[in-house]
Amino acid sequence: MELDIVELSRLQFAMTAMYHFLFVPLTLGLSILVAIMETVYVMTNRPIWRQMTKFWGTLFGINFVLGVATGITMEFQFGMNWAYYSHYVGDIFGAPLAIEGLMAFFLEATFVGLFFFGWDRLSKHAHLAVAWLVALGSNFSALWILIANGWMQNPVGAEFNPDTMRMEMTSFFEVIFNEVGQAKFVHTVSAGYVTASVFVLGVSAWYLLKNRHVDLARRSIAVASAFGLASALSVVVLGDESGYSASHTQKMKLAAIEAMWETHPAPAPFTAIGFPDQEARETHYAVELPWVMGLIGTRSLTTEIPGINDLVAEAEDKIRTGLIAYDALMTIRENREATQPEVRAAFEQNSGDLGFAFLLKRYVDDPRDATEEQIALAANDTIPGVAPLFWSFRLMVGLGFSFIAIMAYFFYRASFRGMQFPRWALYGAVAVIPAPWIAAELGWFVSEFGRQPWTVDGVLPTALSASHLSVGDLLITLAGFMVFYTILFIVEMGLMLKYIRKGPFQDVEETEIWAARHEHRLRTHDGKGPFAPTATPAE
Amino acid sequence: MILHTLIDYEILRVIWWALLGVLLIGFALTDGFDMGVGALLPFVAKTDVERRVAINTVGPVWEGNQVWFILGGGAIFAAWPPLYAVSFSGFYLAMFAVLSALILRPVAFKYRSKRDDPRWRSTWDWALFVGGAAPALLFGVAVGNVLLGVPFHLTPDLMPMYDGTYYGKFLGLLRPFALLAGVVSLSMLVMHGAAWLSLKAEGPVAERARTIGVRAGMVAAGGYALAGLWMAFGIDGFSLTGDVVRDGPSNPLYSEVARGGTWLSAYLERPWIIFAPVMGFAGIGLAVRGLQAGREVSTLLWSKMAIAGIIASVGLTMFPFILPSTVDPTSSLTVWDASSSHLTLFVMLVATAIFMPLILLYTAWVYKVLWGKVTEDDVNGNSHSLY
Repeated sequence: MELDIVELSRLQFAMTAMYHFLFVPLTLGLSILVAIMETVYVMTNRPIWRQMTKFWGTLFGINFVLGVATGITMEFQFGMNWAYYSHYVGDIFGAPLAIEGLMAFFLEATFVGLFFFGWDRLSKHAHLAVAWLVALGSNFSALWILIANGWMQNPVGAEFNPDTMRMEMTSFFEVIFNEVGQAKFVHTVSAGYVTASVFVLGVSAWYLLKNRHVDLARRSIAVASAFGLASALSVVVLGDESGYSASHTQKMKLAAIEAMWETHPAPAPFTAIGFPDQEARETHYAVELPWVMGLIGTRSLTTEIPGINDLVAEAEDKIRTGLIAYDALMTIRENREATQPEVRAAFEQNSGDLGFAFLLKRYVDDPRDATEEQIALAANDTIPGVAPLFWSFRLMVGLGFSFIAIMAYFFYRASFRGMQFPRWALYGAVAVIPAPWIAAELGWFVSEFGRQPWTVDGVLPTALSASHLSVGDLLITLAGFMVFYTILFIVEMGLMLKYIRKGPFQDVEETEIWAARHEHRLRTHDGKGPFAPTATPAE
Repeated sequence: MILHTLIDYEILRVIWWALLGVLLIGFALTDGFDMGVGALLPFVAKTDVERRVAINTVGPVWEGNQVWFILGGGAIFAAWPPLYAVSFSGFYLAMFAVLSALILRPVAFKYRSKRDDPRWRSTWDWALFVGGAAPALLFGVAVGNVLLGVPFHLTPDLMPMYDGTYYGKFLGLLRPFALLAGVVSLSMLVMHGAAWLSLKAEGPVAERARTIGVRAGMVAAGGYALAGLWMAFGIDGFSLTGDVVRDGPSNPLYSEVARGGTWLSAYLERPWIIFAPVMGFAGIGLAVRGLQAGREVSTLLWSKMAIAGIIASVGLTMFPFILPSTVDPTSSLTVWDASSSHLTLFVMLVATAIFMPLILLYTAWVYKVLWGKVTEDDVNGNSHSLY
């Protein structure tokens, strides 16, 4: 990779975004798990549930703050490193980001302070409401980000305006209810829930192995495995929804993920394993499952899924249509007031493919001067890197299914086997802690690397989107972020481990007073009525 | 959707220009005292307990306050995309410095008191100081550069380009007038932080804060007056020439701009805007008096008035300019040619009208819940729940 601005900007964006997403999934899920625990506390009044809320809340706080801090970078990096992108699509893309601030950030950030500082200042119910508002805010934030990201994948509700040289919004409703954004939102938050569940499960399993904080660990496992099982199922189902929407919105991404070079007669087979070869445009040693791809991708037996080769041919056609639009655009720009109606008409007819003409800017300054070879090269550029997508996707899906199995197992043991877990399973739960993060990062990689060579699919090529910066600037910030983020990561992990080792703060006196009262209630109600003994022997 | 044509494009642009000001002021009023407290930290609090008192006065609220900054970024992106694109890429390394400070600050708040080691704590105290003082200074420097004009131009494709040695070079931003603006901004926020500490802390911390706050207020007033004189005699203004189309397409290249004269001629054309600098000076004066007399709530309110007046005066003086270009005045961004589309401005206005009152409401509730002073007993008695 040579040192050019676009590649360095991509590297920086990928790095800072993936780093940011180390903290986000845990925030999404843990905020809800903590709120669930506090709900149980408010309903049952048992101190153990408040201790759980506070303990997991502390870990949530350590993680949350880095999610917030690294999110600041994301909000400003579009303008800093992707100035042309910001100009070109800010009219649409900026809106969900701003609404995210209005609707989500304020909510979570205003109440998160009260969550930690408000225990003695708020009534129990008010504090519970605060916990849920933090969870709600975090999850709303994901909604708007994925609406913004969904628009980059499937740019609906917008058209190009030749007077302002940018895309402008034509329908806010189409932008919000973009099927890609909606499918991605539910898939992403579910992945966050799985991450938090695996985290809580793993840490609790470690306590059980050490025979520490057994009450807290068992209850945490019960909550995490139930919530995690539902979430793990939903990640897979909703991931399938994302795949289905890609089959008609991002055909090239889908074909690349599946390493499908040729169009197969419907229903297409699914390549379970194989070795994609981008140069030869074929997949070696492919193991194919008949029909599966057609069923997942189109949910029918008769709809064809186009292969990469056909899509490249299609892209070449689009480049030619795009060139007509580009030529008309230049004529319009030269003489804005007196442009003939037929030029405007020619532009409007072909403007949907204008972005494809921009693909040629990598090779010539004026796309209209492009040679046939350059057009062929640009069409070829529309294929993303097939092998990395093929493998990342399979690894992600494999991990996704394994989470269902893990959660189902622990849920079963927790519900029907009296909370008895074999040691090997507990070791396994500790070992698997990093897995959901790997799956989540792979998911983003598939989504964003699979969108290349575009920043906005079919509208704006990545090569055109960057700011007019120097390599020196980029190297300074890239090095700065690397050093800075590495230090923060070490500090964060150190604190996380310190607080996990330290364990929950247990107010022994409070627990004893509660237990005595509970005992008293049980006696006076004689085991009947509303205070039926449901406590575990540990209490 | 045709609903958006209910409000004229021209009016929406003015509303969003005003909302941009509201967001900047909202940021300065709330996160401003956090930054002020950060900048004051090494001077008002000597022992660990004192530092924890100072930090815990902003502990529960800095996170929400900081969202004003993030929302400011998002709102500029949504309502003024060319401004977002040109300014953030043009101020690239300065933005990086601000981001670093603002990333460091939350982490410092949260992590500082999680270990007892004094070296750990004093390292994070430094981070809080830099994270408060550096952005407070740099925001002023940025405003100073905007008033001076920035050397950028737009290509016919509207790609922002930067010219000369200035672009992206951090040191190129540190021009004398811009530094003066930085001093005004820093001293103004230090005064604000002092007013906050005077309200929320007690004993030596509040006392020292008041002493420093008085001095900072005087520096702010002097610097602000000096900047006004400098603008009257030493800095070129910009003006729109030719036909001004207020509801045309957002393409800065369609308007004609001349450089020359002075920004202050705005006060002849729109004499009413004099209220803003008057608010600025009066607010500083009253806040300084309040700090000297030990009044608490009213001092904070006067300090807020001063900040609102000073920030408003910059915007009102430059109107309709948002970001003037020195090398190619035609590329300058103005209210009339650098906004989002009519529809987007309308949608965003509806969203703001729904959520902003809610935000103000629950923020006020949170401040009410947290009302009262943070004392040394508080921080000693709650070492596992406070910072």
